[in-house]
Amino acid sequence: MSGNSTAHSPRSLDEAYEILSHTAAKVIAGGTDLMVLMNARQLDAEEFLDIWRIDELRGIADEGDALRIGALATYTDLIRSPIIQKYAPALVAASRMVGAVQIQNRGTLGGNIVNASPAGDSLPVLAAYDAELEIGSRRGLRRLDFNQFYTGYRRTALEADELVVSVRVPKLKADERDFFCKVGTRRAQAISKTVMAVKAKTENEILEWIRVGVGSVAPTVVRAYKTESLLAGRAITADLVEQARQSISLEVSPITDLRSTEHYRRRVTGNVLARFLREVIDSDGAGI
Amino acid sequence: MAVGQNVLRKEGVEKLTGAARYIDDIALEGMLYGKTIRSPLARGLIKSISFDTDFDWSPITVCDWRDIPGENFVALIENDQPLLVARDVRHAEEPILLIAAESRTLVEEAASRIRIEYEELTPVLSIEESLDCREIIYGDDNVFKRFLIARGEVDEGINQGDLIIEGCYRVPHQEQLYIEPQGMIAIPTDTGMTVLGSMQCPYYVHKALKQLFNLSDEQAVVIQTMTGGGFGGKEEYPSMIACHAALLAHKAQRPVKIIYDRAEDIAATTKRHPGVIRHRTAVTRDGRLTASEIDIVLDGGAYVTLTPVVLSRAAIHALGPYRCENVRITARAVATNTPPNGAFRGFGAPQVAFAYEMQMEKIALRLGIDPLELRRINMLKEGDITATGQQLRWSVGSEDVLNAAVERSHFREKQEAIQIERASGDSRKRRGVGLSFFFHGAGFTGSGEAKMKARAGIEITDQGRARVLSSSTEIGQGTQTIFCQIVADELGIGFDDVEIEETDTSRVPDSGPTVASRTCMVVGRVIQLAAREIKEKIKRFAAELFGAPEIDLMEGRFVEGGKVLASFAEVAREYAAQNGKLKVESQYASPMGVEWDDDSYSGDAYPAFSWGAEVAEVEVDMDTFEVSVLKITTAQDIGRAIHPLLAAGQIEGGTLQAVGYGLTEELVWDQGRIVNRMLTNYIIPTSMDAPDMETVIVEKEYPHGPFGAKGVGELPMDGAAPAIAAAVLNATGAFVSEIPVTPERLMMIHEGTRRESNED
Amino acid sequence: MSDEKKPDKQGLSRRGFLKASGISLSVPLVLNYRMVKAAGAEVKVLGPGKAPIQLTINSKPFTAEVEPRVTLLEALRNDLDLTGAKRVCDRATCGACTVIMDGKPVYSCSVLAIEAQGKKITTVEGLMQGERLHPVQQAFVDNDAQQCGYCTPGFVVACKAFLDKNPNPTPEEVKRGLGGNLCRCGTYVGVRAAVLQASRGRKGGQRG
Repeated sequence: MSGNSTAHSPRSLDEAYEILSHTAAKVIAGGTDLMVLMNARQLDAEEFLDIWRIDELRGIADEGDALRIGALATYTDLIRSPIIQKYAPALVAASRMVGAVQIQNRGTLGGNIVNASPAGDSLPVLAAYDAELEIGSRRGLRRLDFNQFYTGYRRTALEADELVVSVRVPKLKADERDFFCKVGTRRAQAISKTVMAVKAKTENEILEWIRVGVGSVAPTVVRAYKTESLLAGRAITADLVEQARQSISLEVSPITDLRSTEHYRRRVTGNVLARFLREVIDSDGAGI
Repeated sequence: MAVGQNVLRKEGVEKLTGAARYIDDIALEGMLYGKTIRSPLARGLIKSISFDTDFDWSPITVCDWRDIPGENFVALIENDQPLLVARDVRHAEEPILLIAAESRTLVEEAASRIRIEYEELTPVLSIEESLDCREIIYGDDNVFKRFLIARGEVDEGINQGDLIIEGCYRVPHQEQLYIEPQGMIAIPTDTGMTVLGSMQCPYYVHKALKQLFNLSDEQAVVIQTMTGGGFGGKEEYPSMIACHAALLAHKAQRPVKIIYDRAEDIAATTKRHPGVIRHRTAVTRDGRLTASEIDIVLDGGAYVTLTPVVLSRAAIHALGPYRCENVRITARAVATNTPPNGAFRGFGAPQVAFAYEMQMEKIALRLGIDPLELRRINMLKEGDITATGQQLRWSVGSEDVLNAAVERSHFREKQEAIQIERASGDSRKRRGVGLSFFFHGAGFTGSGEAKMKARAGIEITDQGRARVLSSSTEIGQGTQTIFCQIVADELGIGFDDVEIEETDTSRVPDSGPTVASRTCMVVGRVIQLAAREIKEKIKRFAAELFGAPEIDLMEGRFVEGGKVLASFAEVAREYAAQNGKLKVESQYASPMGVEWDDDSYSGDAYPAFSWGAEVAEVEVDMDTFEVSVLKITTAQDIGRAIHPLLAAGQIEGGTLQAVGYGLTEELVWDQGRIVNRMLTNYIIPTSMDAPDMETVIVEKEYPHGPFGAKGVGELPMDGAAPAIAAAVLNATGAFVSEIPVTPERLMMIHEGTRRESNED
Repeated sequence: MSDEKKPDKQGLSRRGFLKASGISLSVPLVLNYRMVKAAGAEVKVLGPGKAPIQLTINSKPFTAEVEPRVTLLEALRNDLDLTGAKRVCDRATCGACTVIMDGKPVYSCSVLAIEAQGKKITTVEGLMQGERLHPVQQAFVDNDAQQCGYCTPGFVVACKAFLDKNPNPTPEEVKRGLGGNLCRCGTYVGVRAAVLQASRGRKGGQRG
C-alpha cells in the first residue's frame, strides 16, 4: 500500500475515454468487487477512474425488441425496473440472489460483466439471453456478443482503453420462457457452486429451441451448446430429461475448489436443468 | 423483584447507539500498530531471518524470542506453547516475529521486507497420521492426554444384550467467528504493564503477563474492554496477543495496538477440536442399553493448551444422558502440526453429543424402535447414576424437556404427516423431522471449582449503590445484567441501584474464567452470598441505628411493621460515615457431598447438569441436496432463568451456532494451512439460513445455584447438529455419520445408499 | 457499566483512553485539486497524496484529508472518530460497517471516501432523536435483539433502511431484507421481532 494513489472522477464518457487513453487507471464503479481486492491487499492500484458519476452509463430503456441497460445499472435498479421484470424476469431473479441488499445497491451489471468471475450471478442470464455489449473508447463504439466476451479465466475481450457502456438484452416474448437457479453456499451472501439461466421457446410439449447459460462450472460463464442442440426440436419426455441431465453434466468442466466438488457440480447442474424441463412439462400440462 | 424479569440489559443502549468503545475503537496518543509475522509452514526449522537493507528500519520496532524477559511460554496448563518461535515451527501461522510502527501502512510495508528461510520437516496433519506415529511430534506416541472411565462389567453387559451395534462418527474443526476480531492494546507504565482488550478471562491474561515480565500482581493490570463475542475463542488465545502487544510496547516504550485482520484471526487462532468417536453398544431387543464402549480421539493441534480439559468433558459426556450399567470410555487427544485447538462453547460435548445421538438413531433404526421411544426407555432420571458413577440427586429435568420439546413441536403429528406425504409419492423436496436429547454439566469438571475457589464481592458506593466486583466478563451473554438482578433481589434493592465495577484486575477479584457455563451458577452464587452478607451487616447496623430489631430491607427501603424508616442509600451512607466502606468478598465452596476422584475419574463430575431436547424440521432439496432447517423447537432445563429473554437469547444463539456446525461450517486445509479465511467462504448462517425457533425454558431449580439457576451458555450448542442429522435421515434415508451435512456429503451418501439398496 | 470515573493507579480510566482524533467540524474547505484537461473539459484529479474531502454525515459537515484509496469506513473510524460502524470482514460480507448513503444501505468498507462526497450519509451515531432512541433502537432494546453488540450498529442501520423502504414487511421479507448482516451470537430471532415491532402499525408486540 503506497501513499500516492490518484483518483479521477469524470462526469462524462468522453472524459473517461480520454483518461483511459493515456493512463492505466483502474476503473471503479460501485466498488463491490474491486474494493474487496483492495482491502485484501490483492490489488495495489495507484490510479483509479471512478465512473460512478457518469450519467450516460445509467438508465434502462425499452428499445422495441430489446432492452438497453446502462452499465451502471445496479442490481437494485434491475430488481425494481418494471420493464426488466416483464421482459427479462430471470435477470431480476439473478439480481435478487446477489450478495445482499447492501451489495445490490452498489453492485452494477457492468461491474459484474467486466469483473469476469465465472461465478457472476447475472452472467448466465446474459449468456442465455444472447445479450450484446456496447463497448466504447476514444476510438468509438463497438458491439460484441456477450457470448464472445470472455476469452479465458478472468480474461475478456475488453481493450485497456475501453469501457462497457451498455448491455442489450433481447426481450422475452410471450411464447418464450426463462428460468434462473443459483445453488450457493447458503441463502444470502453466497457465492454459487453452480448457477444456471435458461431461455427457451416451447410449443405443444416441443422444445423449439433452448439456450442454457451456466456459471461456476468452467473458467468462464458458458453456454451448454451441445445440450441445447440435443434438446432443440424435441418433445420433452422423461427419457429426454434424463438424456439432457447427463449431457450437461458431461458438457460442463467444473473443478473442485473451496466451495464445492467437481462431482457435485456436474451432477447438480444436470439436476437443475432437469428441474427446468420438468417445470416446462408441469406447466404445459403434459405428464412425465 | 428483578430475578425472572426481563429488565433492560445494562450495557444495551451503549451498544445500540455506537457509543460503546471496543478495543479497535480506541486510539491513544503515540500509539504504534503491531503485527505478527507468522510461519507459512506447518513444521520446520527456522534457518535464517533477513531484513531488507534497502528499507529504513529506524521507525520500526521489531521483537523476536530473545526480547522475552521471562520464560518464552504462554502461561496455561502446561508451559509448552512459545510466545515466539525460536527455531522449531510446529504449526502454520505460528508467531515468529513482532513488528510495530506508527501506521498500519508502514507496518504492512515493513512486513513485506522480511524474509524467513526454513528447513521443511514432514508435518503430521491428521488424527490418523498422528496415531500411526511415523513422525513423533509429542512425547513417545503423539498422545497429549488419556482418560479412562469404567463402570460395571462391559463383557457381561455385552452378553446381556441381544445385539451389538457399532458406529464411527466424525466431527470437524469449527471456528468461533466472534464478530469482533481479536485485539489488544498494551501500555507500558511506570510500574509495569497495563493491557486492555477483548477477552473472556482477564486473570488468564494477568497470569501470562506476570510470567512474561516477572511482574507482581499489582504491576500487571488487565482491563477488559467491551467484547464483541467470545464463544471460547477469547478464553486462552488473548493471552498470546496481550503478551505480543506488551513485548512490543515494552521495547518501544509506547502503547501498542494489535488488531487481528479477519483472515489472520481465522487462520491462526484456536478452533473446536475435531474428532473421531467410535461407539460399540449392546442392546436388548426391547431397546435397553446393556453395555457401551466408546473410544474418543480428539485432535489437539500443536500444543497442549486446554486440550486435556476439553478431552475430559468429552469423555464425561460421551455416553449421553442415558442409563447404562456397563460402560468403558477411552479418550485420547493427539498432537498434530496444526494451530492448537481450544475452547469453543460446549468444550468437547458437542462432539460427543453428535456421536451418541446418531448412535441412538442407529440403534433405533436397527431395532425398528421409534427414536423417541428409545430415548424414553434409556433416559437418565432423578436418582439414576451416570457413567462416572454420579447419582443425580437434584434438578433433573430430563423427562420434562423431552416431553416439552415433543409436545410443543407436535413431533408425533409431524412424523405421521411426513409418512403420509411419503406414501403419496416421491417429491423432489422431502421433509423430515428429527430429535435430539442431551445434557451439559455446568461449571468446571470434577474438582475444578473446589480448586479454583472463585472470588467475587460487593461494595457499597459513596452514593449508596451496590457495586458488583467480579472478573466475570460481559461478552454479550448478559453477565452484568444477571449479576445486578441477583444482587438486587438478594439485597432487597432496585435493579437500577446495582452497578458493575469495570472488569479490571486492579479493582476486581479473580472469579475464575468466563467459561464452562459457570458464570451464573458458580459466580452468581458467590455474588448472592456476598449480597446476603452485606444485607446482614447493614440490617444489623440499621436495627441499631433506628432501634428497630425487626427491621427489614425491601425494595430499597428499610421498613419495620409496614413503616418506612429510611432508604437503603441513606443508611448505606451513614454506615460508611461511621464504619468506613462496606465491602464484602465471598468465595465459592462446593455444595456438601459433591465429591470427585481424579485418580479413578469417578464421582460427581458436575454439581448439576442442564438438560435439553430438540426437534428439528428440515426440507431436503433432492436436486441440490441442500438442507433447509425450517424450524427448531427446543426445551432446556436451566434451573431458573434469571432473565428469561437473555436466557432465550443464549439458547437461540447457541442453537444457531450448532446449526452451522451441523450443516455448513467446515475448514479447508492445504498443507496444514487454512484456506477459507473469509466470511464469504467460512460459511456461518445468515438471517436467511436461520430457522424459526421456539424455545421452552424448563425450570427444575438447583438448590445450590442463585435462585435455583444452573448453566445455560453451552447446553444449546449440543443439540442441533444431531437433531438435524436425524431429520435428514428421516427425510432421505441417508444416515449421516459425519458433519457438516454439506450438500456434497449428503449427495455422496445418497448415491451410496442408493447403490446399496440396488445391490440388495 | 458505571459512568462515574475513578482515576485508577495509572491515572487511566477506560474512557480516559478514548481520544477524539481531530474531528474538524465545518472547517473551511481548502481546495487543492489538480485539474487536467480531458476532451476539452477540466477534470478533477485527487491525489497523489492526501486530498481534502468534505462529507455530510448525520446532517453535519465534516472535513478530512485522506488518500484517494481510503474507504468511507476508514475515514469514519480513523479520521472522524465515528467508530459505530465496525471493521469486521473488510470484504463486503458481514454488514457491520453498514451506513445509509442517499437513502440506501451500503457497506462503507466498499465505498471510497472521496466518492461519498456530496451524499447524505447516516451512521448509527445519527439515529438518536435528541435524547430519545430511534424506534428501531428502542425495538432492539425491547426485544434484546443484541448480545455482544459488535454487529449491532450495522444491523440497526440496515434495519432502519429496510423499514424506510418496507414499512409493512412480512416476516419472510424481513428475513431476506436482513441477509446482508451477519451475527454470530445468533440474535436473528430477536432482530426479526424488533423489525416487526418497529414496522408501521405495530406497537408493542415484543417477545419475552
